[in-house]
Amino acid sequence: MRRATRHRLLIGLMFVFPWVIGLLVFNLYPILASAYYGFTEYSILRAPEWTGLENYRVMFTEDKLYFKSLSNTLYFVLLSVPLSTAIPVVLAIILNAKVKGMAFYRTVFYLPSIMPAIASSMLWLWILNPQYGLANEILRWIGLAPVGWMTSPQWSKPSLAAMSLWGAGGGIVIFLAGLQDIPVHLYEAAELDGANGLQRLFRVTLPLLTPSIFFNMVIDLIYYFQYFTQAYIMTGGTGGPLDSTLFYGMLLFRNAFEYFNMGYASAMAWILFLIVFIITFLLYNSSGRWVHYQGAEQV
Amino acid sequence: MSELSVTQETTHLDRQASWRRDVHRRHVLGQIGAHAVLLLLSFLFSIPFLWLVSSSLKPNSQLFKIPPEWIPRPFVWSNYPEALTYIPYFQYLKNTAYVCAFNVVASVLSCSYIAYGFSRVRWPGREVAFMILVGTMMLPYTVTMIPMFLIFKKLDWINTFGPLTWPAWTGAPFFIFLLRQFYMGIPMELSDSARIDGCNDLGIYRRIILPLAKPALATVALFAFLNNWNDFMGPLIYLRKQENWTIALGMYGFLSYRTSQWGLLMAAATVTVAPVIILFFFTQKTFIQGVTLTGLKG
Repeated sequence: MRRATRHRLLIGLMFVFPWVIGLLVFNLYPILASAYYGFTEYSILRAPEWTGLENYRVMFTEDKLYFKSLSNTLYFVLLSVPLSTAIPVVLAIILNAKVKGMAFYRTVFYLPSIMPAIASSMLWLWILNPQYGLANEILRWIGLAPVGWMTSPQWSKPSLAAMSLWGAGGGIVIFLAGLQDIPVHLYEAAELDGANGLQRLFRVTLPLLTPSIFFNMVIDLIYYFQYFTQAYIMTGGTGGPLDSTLFYGMLLFRNAFEYFNMGYASAMAWILFLIVFIITFLLYNSSGRWVHYQGAEQV
Repeated sequence: MSELSVTQETTHLDRQASWRRDVHRRHVLGQIGAHAVLLLLSFLFSIPFLWLVSSSLKPNSQLFKIPPEWIPRPFVWSNYPEALTYIPYFQYLKNTAYVCAFNVVASVLSCSYIAYGFSRVRWPGREVAFMILVGTMMLPYTVTMIPMFLIFKKLDWINTFGPLTWPAWTGAPFFIFLLRQFYMGIPMELSDSARIDGCNDLGIYRRIILPLAKPALATVALFAFLNNWNDFMGPLIYLRKQENWTIALGMYGFLSYRTSQWGLLMAAATVTVAPVIILFFFTQKTFIQGVTLTGLKG
């Protein structure tokens, strides 16, 4: 290595060393350690004891709650990811119109997304109160039968999904940034070719928004697979009713910090890690077919 | 002949004018339609907020009225002092303020310093290191959560603010990423001329990059504050003693033992939400910058 290069390496490392320490202590070591703990029985009080694949055997063959939490999570991901993509896209397209006072409207949609989870969960628990809540009052007003919301195993997951949508403003901002990146001349060209509004939406806007949609989907997938805080707060950590909101993250938390089954919880964490990794990888691989980057070769 | 050409001219002008009127009318109609849709949607999105504030001011008897009423009768302002003294809210506020302030200062200093190494110095391995940094942003927290808890347990840091504060010194990947994007936009010539004047990299970081990066640093400070103000899981894992609780945890405690006191709960929730809303109104530009900076163009 030339002296100048070595000098630059030293300078570079001098600046990034705090991050390197964080990487080793808070990322690399924990990943390896939890992989190891996954093969042990570890209750904190005693040193970890190697048990081989025992945790995984229990997880896949005996633990009924494990499959319950896995299916709850998959159901919730399949419900929430499409909704939290489609609705913010529509809202962003509306919010991208050239209208006076847009800053005000954007603020209204963005604010719920920066609410503290504790405050929004409490608020929604009150709104969804089966007897005195506003949600059922609105249903009655439209002429529909009231439902049990968070007290009904059928409605608990849709309740949480509705609450997440209220806070989906972060996605709106991402899509707005994407929309503003679409060059105006593409719309002008489409108009000259006689494309109507709908055609412009489906042939120009949506294809060029796919990079933002892809980015947002990856973030949402990781988020919803680890969904925890709101469900924990609203059910008092029970995952009820009838375990219908016992998500993967909640069962993991329970095993780790209530039962202190660190070995079993680590094994659970690793399986979740693999699931998220594989799904992200598949999504990434599929992106070549549906994500259109500007400036890429158009065929 | 001349008459004809004049009439032709006027009809042409007429047509142009009517076309313009048409466009104008369509424009006005479009504006009205857009406002109607936006107002309706904004109203829908605001309902929970309005309900929050309305509930926080209602007497208990009115909270449980069917059908619900929007205007508190009478306005029970005492819900606020009662909620804030029923739980040691100011103790929680003090704890939260400490955690937030520590994280804001540590994140701004460490991330601005680290980002310099990722953008203003060219060194072998930098791109690989940056790829790793991006990779860690997608790492599920569940895989690192347990060993980190065990590390802090070994350090005897459980029930202290240590686990929620000190790690900030190692920089948060998202903030480093954001600042790197900003630094990349600062012309290299500025560094070069400073170097000719005998300034080393530490000097360039302090005298040139930091002052220029103020807007991006404000974004980092803002998000660091919000993340910690809103954090629930971290305090839930690490803070077991009530005297150490943050607001998020304290409110959870409140929720779990006085679930029917909705007036008080909503008052406490309003007080917790208020700083976030006020901060947002004063720093809107900083928020938007955060989004544009992450450069989602692929």
